[in-house]
Amino acid sequence: MPDTTSHKIPVTVLTGYLGAGKTTLLNRILSENHGKKYAVIVNEFGEIGIDNDLIIGADEEVFEMNNGCVCCTVRGDLVRILDGLMKRKGKFDAIIVETTGLADPAPVAQTFFVDEDVQKHARLDAVVTVADARWLSDRLKDAPEAKNQIAFADVIVLNKTDLVTSAELAEVEARIRAINPYARLHRTERCQVALADVLDRGAFDLDRILDIEPDFLEVGDAHDHDHHGHDHHHDHDHGHGLKHYHDEDMQSLSLRTDKPLDPNTFMPWLQNLVASEGQKILRSKGILAFHDDDDRYVFQGVHMMLEGDHQRKWKADEKRESRLVFIGRELPEQAIRDGFASCIVS
Amino acid sequence: MAQFQPDSGATVSVTDRVRPLALGMPVTSVHFLGDRAAFVGAEEGVALVDKEGAIAKVAVHGGGILCAVSDGKRIVMGGDDGKLVTLDDKGEVTLLATDPKRRWIDNVALHPDGALAWSAGKTAFVRGVKGDEKSLDVASTVGGLAFAPKGLRLAVAHYNGVTLWFPNMAAKPELLEWAGSHLAVTFSPDNKFLVTAMHEPSMHGWRLADNKHMRMSGYPGRVRSMSWNSGGKFLATSGADSVIMWPFASKDGPMGKEPAMLAPMQVRATAVAGHPAQDILVVGYADGTILMVRIGDGAEILVRRNIGVAVVGLAWNAKGTQLAFAAEDGDAGLLEL
Repeated sequence: MPDTTSHKIPVTVLTGYLGAGKTTLLNRILSENHGKKYAVIVNEFGEIGIDNDLIIGADEEVFEMNNGCVCCTVRGDLVRILDGLMKRKGKFDAIIVETTGLADPAPVAQTFFVDEDVQKHARLDAVVTVADARWLSDRLKDAPEAKNQIAFADVIVLNKTDLVTSAELAEVEARIRAINPYARLHRTERCQVALADVLDRGAFDLDRILDIEPDFLEVGDAHDHDHHGHDHHHDHDHGHGLKHYHDEDMQSLSLRTDKPLDPNTFMPWLQNLVASEGQKILRSKGILAFHDDDDRYVFQGVHMMLEGDHQRKWKADEKRESRLVFIGRELPEQAIRDGFASCIVS
Repeated sequence: MAQFQPDSGATVSVTDRVRPLALGMPVTSVHFLGDRAAFVGAEEGVALVDKEGAIAKVAVHGGGILCAVSDGKRIVMGGDDGKLVTLDDKGEVTLLATDPKRRWIDNVALHPDGALAWSAGKTAFVRGVKGDEKSLDVASTVGGLAFAPKGLRLAVAHYNGVTLWFPNMAAKPELLEWAGSHLAVTFSPDNKFLVTAMHEPSMHGWRLADNKHMRMSGYPGRVRSMSWNSGGKFLATSGADSVIMWPFASKDGPMGKEPAMLAPMQVRATAVAGHPAQDILVVGYADGTILMVRIGDGAEILVRRNIGVAVVGLAWNAKGTQLAFAAEDGDAGLLEL
């Protein structure tokens, strides 16, 4: 997947709990005059009011891979459908995969890490989650699927904001940020979001990890400080302080150091961490400065799957700093912090 | 093993005897209909090519062509337009079935007596020679279909195994279980073994007498092409950087045996096709190379150089006197032997 050259068809994964507004967003993407043609893989035929022979029904068949790793699952139907769609290459510009409201986004994302043929022709662009401003807070309490979808997201479309008060909106945003401070969040009514904010995000493109997340880690820092009892609220771009919910089992953990890391210690540690705790870790990302290495190293992962590469030379005016983020449930925070600290060259 | 050197003078080459064909369309499989080679496109059409290289294109589907199978007299194809069509050796197209929900027709199989099977989603359909139709639902989407060489028995590959079904019998279909997603499926010509190519880079086999398992693993890539050779003594497969030949001559099949490796290259084999009469097979690679290989001693003849993209289809005519091939991009050729 590191090869994200333009001939690969971008695939956007559209998730969201039942009734949040996925179909509304999908209908907008398909009907708006943007000059692009989308192939759409849907779980429910008939909800889309647009005639398009590139709308394909899917069955959400989650297959375990025979590699002894229980969380290594892929969407078997997606492998088959993408293979079939590639026969019509040139007839569409991008693919959108709509999941059911109860779906876990991980098998969809993992399909792009695991399957060689899928990787050859398509690239995962971003996981976009549509959330209902009115009901999300409740669903985060009673529906683990809704929580997964928020934790996994690169882009969150917080929809139906006209149905809540500004205090309720602040509350739901804070709950979202407690789980996932890194996703781009857009407040909408009837999913009125600029399509450029949803499509062609390059969220899984190692080269664009920073470009698309200028707040990468800064928001996480606020969380850290809070977590350690400092009464420090990061002033986020929404112009209000973030509340945090430490009763959440789903959380994010960020790590940083301006001292170089030892690649011979760090890489085995990271691989071991995702191998042993990968079921808890939904997403991971990092930009690393290794000892005696003039190149920046970037990585990202989904559960137990990791991919990483040397990205480019550190710029002269750039701070050589390593930054990592984990989003997951019941993360063994202290063990991760200690493990990371042991990889720092002293 | 010695690496094949495309430019060394030592290898016998027949590249100058190949009639090159520019089909101008991506190809997914190659067959023979009588004396004409048939190149099935990725979408919409089939290119029929006679011995002289004259190309006639026939429209068969209103979209992508997802599967195709041939018995030498007709090609039956399923499409993403929900249609099952047949193309005969005169170039006539007949619509055989339309899925009422316009689901994709993912797989198709032909029985030697003319019976036909296809699948859409989790449902496998069989149509007998008299036109009687039956269907069977399996637990997950059908990955592949194959008729047994004897009797009307259909193997339906799916997630976690293969279902063996006698459509004309009341008996409950038999499930052969093995964890993982099973795609292409094939019976050995002697009807003693069943083999699947899996989603993972591995194959799995069963001895049908006692359903004993045969693990056939070690591939670097998924097996996309399988071909029985020498009257069923070997199953030749793609997916590795040589042709992997599983021995099936003994009653135990490949159980406890190492496969033979033929025609090693530095790229993966993508298509294999056994000669209908002789102990020869032809193999295509990911870099476009095509070799003919003698099974007995591994002697190689170069048919096509390593020009361009992966070879996707290879076919012999019934007598084994003509070979047709195509790469993914539609760069194709005919060789008269």
